[in-house]
Amino acid sequence: MQRATFLLGGLAAALLATTPANAQNTVKIGVVMSFSGQFADPGAQIDNGIKLYMKQNGDTVAGKKIEIIRKDSGGIAPDVAKRLSQEVIVRDGATILAGYDLTPNALAAADVSAQAKTFMVNMNAATSVITTKSPYMARTSFTVYQLNEALGAWAYKNGVRRAYTLVSDFGPGWDGEAAFQKGFKDAGGEIIGSARYPVANVDFTAFVQRAKDVNPDGIYIWVPGGPQPAALGKAIAERGIDKSKVKVMGQGELTYEEALKSMGDAGLGLITAFHYDYNHQSAKNKAFVAAYNAEFKRNPDMFSVGGYDGMHLIYETLKKTNGNTDPDALIAAAKGMKWESPRGPMSIDPETRDVIQTVYIRRVERVGGHLVNVEFDKIENVKDPWKARLPK
Amino acid sequence: MTSTSAALAGPHEHLRAQDRWRAIEVVFWLATLLPFLVTPNYLSLASQVAITALFALSLDLILGYAGIVSLGHAAFFGFGAYAAGILSKHGWGEPLSGLLFAGIAAGLLGYLMSFIIARFRHLALIMITLGFGLLLLEAANSAGWLTGGADGLQGVRMWPLLGMFRFDLYGFTAYWYSLILLFLLFLVSRRLINSPFGLSLRGIRENSTRMRAIGAESRAHIRKIYTISAAMAGIAGGLLTQTTETVSLGVLDFQRSADILVILVLGGAGRLYGGLIGAIIFLVARDQFSGINPQYWYFPIGVLLVVVVLFLPGGILGGLAQITGSERFQRMVRPLMVWRGKSP
Repeated sequence: MQRATFLLGGLAAALLATTPANAQNTVKIGVVMSFSGQFADPGAQIDNGIKLYMKQNGDTVAGKKIEIIRKDSGGIAPDVAKRLSQEVIVRDGATILAGYDLTPNALAAADVSAQAKTFMVNMNAATSVITTKSPYMARTSFTVYQLNEALGAWAYKNGVRRAYTLVSDFGPGWDGEAAFQKGFKDAGGEIIGSARYPVANVDFTAFVQRAKDVNPDGIYIWVPGGPQPAALGKAIAERGIDKSKVKVMGQGELTYEEALKSMGDAGLGLITAFHYDYNHQSAKNKAFVAAYNAEFKRNPDMFSVGGYDGMHLIYETLKKTNGNTDPDALIAAAKGMKWESPRGPMSIDPETRDVIQTVYIRRVERVGGHLVNVEFDKIENVKDPWKARLPK
Repeated sequence: MTSTSAALAGPHEHLRAQDRWRAIEVVFWLATLLPFLVTPNYLSLASQVAITALFALSLDLILGYAGIVSLGHAAFFGFGAYAAGILSKHGWGEPLSGLLFAGIAAGLLGYLMSFIIARFRHLALIMITLGFGLLLLEAANSAGWLTGGADGLQGVRMWPLLGMFRFDLYGFTAYWYSLILLFLLFLVSRRLINSPFGLSLRGIRENSTRMRAIGAESRAHIRKIYTISAAMAGIAGGLLTQTTETVSLGVLDFQRSADILVILVLGGAGRLYGGLIGAIIFLVARDQFSGINPQYWYFPIGVLLVVVVLFLPGGILGGLAQITGSERFQRMVRPLMVWRGKSP
């Protein structure tokens, strides 16, 4: 009996000693995304961004120690992402949610953020609607509409009149198609044909030939990362499409680093719209890329910068609230926050809590023996156009 | 499991002996209540374990008992999940009737499929079920207007259970709801397996040609059990939708079919508790390992699977049964068993 009481007493004392002290001096951030499976690499890049930011800026903000609790959602699994987000709040005591690589997962977790009133930083998932699901969410990546509607308008301004669109047949591809067509048609262009290819397609010859047959002066492509960009780039070159006459355009994934490596010279001349590339010319980005390479032996990409800027947003909001983790205070502090990121100037829209940034138009060129995306035009302060059209 | 003396006494006596509740079973089900008291912060995980266990149980009915190999059982799980989700999206968020709807929908699909399933065995079945699962996944992907496509179904909102219990952030309602359903459907499965019908299923598993030769029509039996199994998988899927208020293509994914097979093999196929034990081990291990290392948590599970398949071909439960069935073990525990009033 005595021993039991002693044990209980000890336990209670231990609990009392640890929990409140921790709660006062530590801010726990639950990072939920794919650390395993098909989407493990993007997850790793986001995580690298987080780690680099914390290495450069320390793990203490406004007197609070930052603790990251990583949870693996293992791919497209909104039920898992939602449960992990719940658990990281109720079990681990996290007061901020972050990460979220995939749209379905982010949408499910947004429910948790709204219900539990938890500040949430979406570091990657790019579907426009996500940020409307929780009033406590901000985004530091991009939206598909933001990039592609801007690209559509840009294409018309730069001489494309008749365009063909070719997209992957699933949600983000449809969004890309709709966004480009909207931007292009609103500017005055004409869509003369469109096709959607199966998600797991490997041979693009027939699709590219069909596009070539209708003789457009611009071809728009939406392709997710992975092996498809290289296959598509090669098919375009093999079908003999002259990129000096026909503009071949897409979202940045089409010409990401690995894709360009396997595409080789077939990639030359591809035009893409994106918000970040390691080749972006600025002092801030040069330092970022150098530090990133020193730490992780590879170049940062859009995932890394989403994680890096996401951490910046969290640090800066905590500074502004003086370490207060009240969700209303945090989201109020995040609204309208402006900063200079490796990607250039960016800010959080005070109305939609979504990201406002520069959309760069790049062309693939050979520089110093490597194929890189060279920025040659840009559209500044682009908001998510999809949300601007929502009924207020 | 098989007690020779009972078998000698005739099939009915054998079935009755099997149907008797053992002390360890009572302990197991009492233990499922522990999460409420011991780990109240793990209730959402516990509810997913219960749902996965139900899904594994449904696969066990066809794979473990009737010998129907399936690499596409997620088709029914996913079909039920979408059925429950779509019903709720269109304004009917009552959980119990939604679950019934999910079960019936998946059961109907299973019934239709069963006509094809009953004609084939082994390798052909693997290909058919795999292909069927992929087809359904692609259909759900392209029917974006109905399923929400790759973004997942939006707008699933459940009404409080029985009009009183909201699905809370801690997963309290989710767990007892899933647990009760798991228990009820477990009772149904138990009754089914320990019936003459269950016996003939095992006969089909062991030798379907012989079954036909002795006058037992195996196709009708296979159709029946396949439909029941599909309905159960659909209910499990519906439960997942209702307790998480989300549905996405992941419910139909091949990974889910593969995982559930791993879970069943791990726990022990052809044993009612195999899927249950497998689900507990798999999900708890996943939760703990991925907490330690989010990147490589599958590694220890893979090792565990290899070890189990190498050394315990009947799964963890099969291995345990082998140990407890051995002469040495019997001699060791016999003195302890006296209180039960009869020798094991």
